Amino acid sequence: MTAAAPAKNLNSLGLPKAEYKGLPSTLCAGCGHNSISDKIIDAVWELGLRQEQVIKLSGIGCSSKSPAYFLGRSFGINTLHGRMPSVATGALTVNRTLYGIGVSGDGDTGSIGLGQFKHMLRRNVRMVYIIENNGVYGLTKGQFSATADIGQELKHAGRNELPPIDLCLEAITAECGFVARSFAGDPKHVISLIKAALNYRGTAVLDIISPCVTFNDRDDSTKSYYWGKTHDERINDFSFVMPQEEIVIDQVEGETLEVELHDGSRIVLRKLAEGQHDPTDKYAAMRLLQEARDKQQFITGLIYINTERPSLAELANLVDTPLAFLPQSQLRPSRESLEKLMEAMK
Amino acid sequence: MAVSDLQVVQPTAERPPMVNTFAIMVATKNGSGSQTANTVLLRALFKMGIPVSGKNLFPSNIQGLPTWYTIRLSADGFTARRPRSEIVVAMNPATAIEDYQHVESGGVFLYADDIKLDLNRKDLSHYPVPAKAISTKYEKDARLRSYAANMVYVGVLAHLLGISLEELESALNFHFKHKPKPVQSNMQIIRASAEWAAQNLTKTDPFRVERMNKTDGLIMIDGNTAAALGAIYGGFTFAAWYPITPATSLADALTAYAPRLRTGPDGKATYAIIQAEDELAALGMVIGAGWAGARAMTSTSGPGISLMAEFAGFGYYAEIPAVIWDIQRMGPSTGLPTRVSQGDVLKVYYLGHGDCKHVCLLPAHPAECFEFGWKAFDLAERLQTPVFVLSDLDIGMNQWMSPPFEYPEQPMDRGKVLDAKQLDELGSFARYKDVDGDGIPYRTLPGTPHPLAAYFTRGTGHNEKAGYSERPDDWVKNMARLGRKFETARKIVPQPVVQEVEGARIAFISYGSADPAVEEARWRLEHHHQIKTSYLRIRALPLADSIKDFVAAHDRVYVVELNTDAQMYQLLRLHVGGELEVRLRAANWSDGLPLTARWVTSHVLQAEQAEAEKEGSK
Repeated sequence: MTAAAPAKNLNSLGLPKAEYKGLPSTLCAGCGHNSISDKIIDAVWELGLRQEQVIKLSGIGCSSKSPAYFLGRSFGINTLHGRMPSVATGALTVNRTLYGIGVSGDGDTGSIGLGQFKHMLRRNVRMVYIIENNGVYGLTKGQFSATADIGQELKHAGRNELPPIDLCLEAITAECGFVARSFAGDPKHVISLIKAALNYRGTAVLDIISPCVTFNDRDDSTKSYYWGKTHDERINDFSFVMPQEEIVIDQVEGETLEVELHDGSRIVLRKLAEGQHDPTDKYAAMRLLQEARDKQQFITGLIYINTERPSLAELANLVDTPLAFLPQSQLRPSRESLEKLMEAMK
Repeated sequence: MAVSDLQVVQPTAERPPMVNTFAIMVATKNGSGSQTANTVLLRALFKMGIPVSGKNLFPSNIQGLPTWYTIRLSADGFTARRPRSEIVVAMNPATAIEDYQHVESGGVFLYADDIKLDLNRKDLSHYPVPAKAISTKYEKDARLRSYAANMVYVGVLAHLLGISLEELESALNFHFKHKPKPVQSNMQIIRASAEWAAQNLTKTDPFRVERMNKTDGLIMIDGNTAAALGAIYGGFTFAAWYPITPATSLADALTAYAPRLRTGPDGKATYAIIQAEDELAALGMVIGAGWAGARAMTSTSGPGISLMAEFAGFGYYAEIPAVIWDIQRMGPSTGLPTRVSQGDVLKVYYLGHGDCKHVCLLPAHPAECFEFGWKAFDLAERLQTPVFVLSDLDIGMNQWMSPPFEYPEQPMDRGKVLDAKQLDELGSFARYKDVDGDGIPYRTLPGTPHPLAAYFTRGTGHNEKAGYSERPDDWVKNMARLGRKFETARKIVPQPVVQEVEGARIAFISYGSADPAVEEARWRLEHHHQIKTSYLRIRALPLADSIKDFVAAHDRVYVVELNTDAQMYQLLRLHVGGELEVRLRAANWSDGLPLTARWVTSHVLQAEQAEAEKEGSK
């Protein structure tokens, strides 16, 4: 990262933001997912990442279509329903130099993919895992997902009698060390979370409430724009600071907490009120989420952070060159080694 | 001579000696430590230069259920399973009655002397063995006593058959990696038991062993270890797997050998192995790694293959290299998890949904497991597709004699991969375009630093440029190209091994672990029944064009395989089609056990007799 100020409207690589765009979205007009795609573009452009070093991964569903709509020069893979975590695990293990951005939905992650989701977190694969959470199946026309609120009513699906799965809570119990919730209608918050998540050494889970304007945007739905705008309870103020940047924080009252990420970048959190949540306290985070779920509160912010756990690739003690690019000379043991082995088996 | 043709005779020391050609079956309980005793016996015989094969018939259980180990000695070098054995060692009271009936007439029944049994067969030699008394005397540790009891029958057999005590000792050293304590304590029991036998037993049977030189230069190995070594020499960089019998030992061997063979000078690994949460995730990881450019593999068995169906179809259509070993076991469903079958042929060939078909390699023995272990990666990357290797429990988990493995002479084939420099020169790139007319497109790897490099991979309909497409013409064009690619595969996969015998009117087609039984049956048919046969052993799917000529050159072709639905026979019918189809005869059998030459021989004799009668009645 160069410290010199880039020309106006160009990032540190000298590229305009337009270079980071994808294909036009085919999602519904006003879909929350589109605004998240835009914020991914903003974050990657602002960080000055080379698009070829970013891989975009998704499962199946409306959300999972969206990687085609951002970072047109990044490699993308639209995998199977709920199976993106395993594909990401393989790809990011054999090439640790890549940045991974996974986009999933609440059906993809919370139902069919819950097992793979939790095992990826347990392994701590270094990637950003975004859940575009709207509480409903869109492509199949409006069934409840596993994150829908109990008692909620939808036109076609009727009344939901089952309690929701809280994916942030699931993430914390799987020892994920970067768990945040945000709202697609709050672009500034989303963008700084994505930037911090891209610099985290393990899996960073961003559960972003992303309203479905077609099937689940009634004012009484906790996944609607109206609800998000009127009920958003911010638990902390969040800034992401690159290694060489100065910390500039608005002079507002409140206690700050600084968390350094492994590359030297920092997250600066400011409590918004006395006695508010400490995101380094795992049990407090779980309690907060559990209570918010019981009271149907919409809390946003960085819920839990732990920078101690090594990533899967770090644990694997791999050679420096990505496994995917190793030449034959490093891959095929010598003729003599085989002869020795054969001799020992005689 | 054929050992199965023994006459019913009274046991007497006067009978002509039977040297180096008979079978031993040891009946014990699972988890009693008999595996050590049996492999030590097998290795000692092998090192005496006698051709041997060892097959473990074990239950799906950790401890307590019956297990049988068969050792076949064959001076002629035949290794297929024998349906019955000349020598039975009965150590398990629960199966003793059945085991007693299993002894070939004229054979030997060696039994733990605390087994109560009506020993009413007059055609056998009976030897009681004080396994408990000897093991209690020499093994003070009660926990090790059942292990020690197994060494008692090793010692008694050593005396009765003339197995070299020196070879048994070096086999113990091999097994215990030269740890003196277990070698000495086991050897003490073997010697004591051999001495006891010398003093207390009168030999009334004709069986004995003599040194030969027929195993010089050979190794002894199981197919799963061979497969893992093949993968290591094939430069695997990523493996993901989930425990399942009988495939687990393949991943175990990878984990055992990779650290010493594939660690760089800096002490860092050139590979990663992940135990996945299930087989679905295992193949997902492999597909992700293959997409990113790694040589990625997984190993599983039938139930795992079912879970992999979704990703197999994805890999086929998105064109991602992957290697999947299926160590076949007995289905349907959980079936017989510790027994052998070739029942996954049709399922794997068409695994996925929609119009999906896969390249499958069919090794018949450990040396081929090694060869296909590295070759599968070359084919997967050349063809940009998942490649399946269909081994089975018999090849994978049993001990086979084998020539030492040959070092891969050809350099690795990494397939059509474009780097940044080549993209610069080309000036354009379309991921799914058939540039060379062989159906195989070019690909780029994530991370390739070039503005043209990136493309979007998907299982949904796509055009040449990897763009999402629902256009009928794009779909048809893409499937036609995949068809051309499959025809390319047909030419470059391992071709059949053919033995065309002059004057042979009938022939065999077979594959995989059915091979030893077919080879032995051919020998029997020729030497005992004057029937010459040709033989074609299939080594891969899609089926080679040359198979049609082979079928055309014979009146009847018996397709020998281990499954109930005659799966390869069905594929061959489709393949040869037309007038040739009627020449094919299904010769399939599946009872969970490795195929025997006796079954193949009698099946063909009966079928041929029926043919002759049909001809005669015309």
